[in-house]
Amino acid sequence: MAVTPKLQTAITVSADPMVPSPYRVRRVRRETSDTFTLELESVNGERFSFAPGQFNMLYLFGVGEVPISISGDPARSDVLVHTVRAVGPVTRAICKLKRGDILGVRGPFGSGWPVAEAVGNDIIIVTGGVGLAPLRPAIYYILAHRGEYGRVALLYGARTPADMLYKKELAAWRGHFDLQIEVTVDAARPDEWRGNVGVVTTLIPRATFDPYHTTALVCGPEIMMRFTVLELQKRGLPDDQIYISMERNMKCAIGLCGHCQYGPHFICKDGPVFRFDRVRGIFGKREI
Amino acid sequence: MIGEHVIVERQDFQKLLDALRHKGYQTVGPTVREGAIVYDQIASIEDLPVGWTDEQDGGKYRLKRRNDQALFGYVVGPQSWKRFLHPPVLSLWKAKKNSKGFEILPNASEPPRYAFIGVRSCELHAIFIQDRVFTNGKFTDLHYQARRQEIFIVAVNCVQAGGTCFCVSMKTGPKVTVGFDLALTEILDGQQHYFVVEVGTEQGAQILQQVPTKKAQPTEIAGAEERVAQAARQMGRQLDTTDIKDLLYRNLEHPRWDEVAMRCLNCANCTMVCPTCFCTTVEDVTDLTGTEAERVRRWDSCFTLDFSYIHGGSVRASPKSRYRQWLTHKLASWIDQFGTSGCVGCGRCITWCPVGIDITEEVRAIRETEPSRA
Amino acid sequence: MDTLERLLSEHPFFKDLDPRYIQLIAGCAREVTFKAGEFIFREGDPSNKFWVIRSGKISLEVFAPGRGPIMIETLGEGDVMGWSWAVPPYRKQYDARALELTRALEFDALCIRTKCDEEPKLGYELFKRFAQIIGQRLQATRLRLLDLYGSHS
Repeated sequence: MAVTPKLQTAITVSADPMVPSPYRVRRVRRETSDTFTLELESVNGERFSFAPGQFNMLYLFGVGEVPISISGDPARSDVLVHTVRAVGPVTRAICKLKRGDILGVRGPFGSGWPVAEAVGNDIIIVTGGVGLAPLRPAIYYILAHRGEYGRVALLYGARTPADMLYKKELAAWRGHFDLQIEVTVDAARPDEWRGNVGVVTTLIPRATFDPYHTTALVCGPEIMMRFTVLELQKRGLPDDQIYISMERNMKCAIGLCGHCQYGPHFICKDGPVFRFDRVRGIFGKREI
Repeated sequence: MIGEHVIVERQDFQKLLDALRHKGYQTVGPTVREGAIVYDQIASIEDLPVGWTDEQDGGKYRLKRRNDQALFGYVVGPQSWKRFLHPPVLSLWKAKKNSKGFEILPNASEPPRYAFIGVRSCELHAIFIQDRVFTNGKFTDLHYQARRQEIFIVAVNCVQAGGTCFCVSMKTGPKVTVGFDLALTEILDGQQHYFVVEVGTEQGAQILQQVPTKKAQPTEIAGAEERVAQAARQMGRQLDTTDIKDLLYRNLEHPRWDEVAMRCLNCANCTMVCPTCFCTTVEDVTDLTGTEAERVRRWDSCFTLDFSYIHGGSVRASPKSRYRQWLTHKLASWIDQFGTSGCVGCGRCITWCPVGIDITEEVRAIRETEPSRA
Repeated sequence: MDTLERLLSEHPFFKDLDPRYIQLIAGCAREVTFKAGEFIFREGDPSNKFWVIRSGKISLEVFAPGRGPIMIETLGEGDVMGWSWAVPPYRKQYDARALELTRALEFDALCIRTKCDEEPKLGYELFKRFAQIIGQRLQATRLRLLDLYGSHS
């Protein structure tokens, strides 16, 4: 039998994937005390297309570069949206950017959420903290193609009500679409919160979905994902219908620097989104 | 002419270097410096390690005088050819502030055209492995590709094995079989000193036209082959690669990792001397005025804490996990990633380990003491 | 089967419980409704009841001087509330307050304890189910102890 050569992604010599393109900050919105959403536009007027779940490398002149997932609407190529939490020197500097400031963008990189493969299925999205950011493009996509999916549930955990991302949007989605949204926080005061209190995994037994025809999209801290996968398995979801998004140190984002290795995988090009059965052998193993 | 064997006499060897330099190649080869044989620019035979050999064992490397005037009478030193194809420090681009923000000027400098003199079979395989890493995936390392495309390879067959060599186990030597322009076997026999040269490419044949040669006799070819076969029988080390990927994957929690971590200094020497280790980091720097910035790529090592740092801490915080990462990557996950082992059996990581940790011994220990499989 | 028995057998907590036992414990249960804002019990109260929630939402709270009430867990449809009735000193450790109109089945703990003593197999079955719930709550609490979304996440 003849072997068909694999199609190579076209790379022209001039398009060095290590060279950032300049983008201008159009708008900055404060989400929480340490998390900001930036709207960017290309200085050169380039359009930006990406798949939900992919990420960019954001470069701040002379400061450094960090991988940040794309959190905007994949249907809009005129604006690039990133939600950034200030946790290190580069992200702290990015969160201080103002309208009109310039930063460098390389990307998009990595694998996306299986929004096309999931057509016809129920969708359960389980996320915590800033893990909602890389899932927001998938939610936009699914809502734009709402008729192609069955039941859709979004289960979101945050530390406190003040730490929730996209509050207005969550409220709007809940009001306007056929979407089950459950939000839970670790602790709250009754005068500031009327929703659930508890860890996000406790919402899973209450979500409505048909385990045989459901795709689960999971993103959050690794421990949260471990227990989420356990709960989904308890509900009868097979491993090949569960997708998780992983995070590791990254320098190049193109599979060449070696930093993001996760067992045999490179998070930057084989991930960040993995079908769970492909990583279950190492998922949760110490210090892999 | 490809596949043909000719004889080049020792006294004509300089003409080979001259021919390459005349063709515009920078000739790079072995030379003695600071008590070791390193690779650097060479102009004449006198730059080569004439009459030197190396003695190697775990954590041990010594230069010794030979009792002849062999040009390639050593095995391998601390460096490998990767320093030329995948430089230890490389400027990726510079950026300048301007009215629109900043502009980026990629490093478009013309890469040098190298002729590598004295590439061993294991080293050639290491280059093939890095070819897969840098040019065979979804993205290509354009800097590597530009250098790699231009090189001229004068390979050398090993006629003696070093104390830490195990290329036979890794099926990467000692005989040079593919991917060379010219392959030499150095013969010293009484008063005779000559090279049996196999022609690998058309470019190789063209260069040889500038050098006095004569057709090699079958006995001379057979004599050269026998010397290489002898080296194969002298291997200093062995590594059983049977089922090695799964062996290591299923032993991620083997107690041996703790044991080796007690000895390992996490110095990263093994990754620096390894001819296939490819990891890098980038540094973003600015000038003092803050108007110019630069991104510099440097070799990095999975033995550093910083390597796996994500906000809050390192994923591989323990020395044990870092050694395990290096070894399982080299011998197991490399196979999943690139369809080949990441080890060529050159023995450098054993020789240059300050405490003499031996990769072949570590694998053997895991294999022999694997907890019984239910 | 009367209404109470049907409601019991439909609740996830009693899933697949022998109908004979359902009948037995139904004698200890009654239907209750709590209005939004209503306190169901207070910290320090004797623990002589537990509830299986049919609909609505209840918050477990602790009152911290200077900080006010802090919600530490919410319970809703399908959940069981209260297990301190099963172990000494039989006292409530939190405040429980309905956040919205909540319907539940309320059990007289003394009655249940007596039934369990008389019918140890029923007791074993019930305690297995409570052990599972206590385990889940413990796990969920441990996860929050890690401050998953804190700056180290």
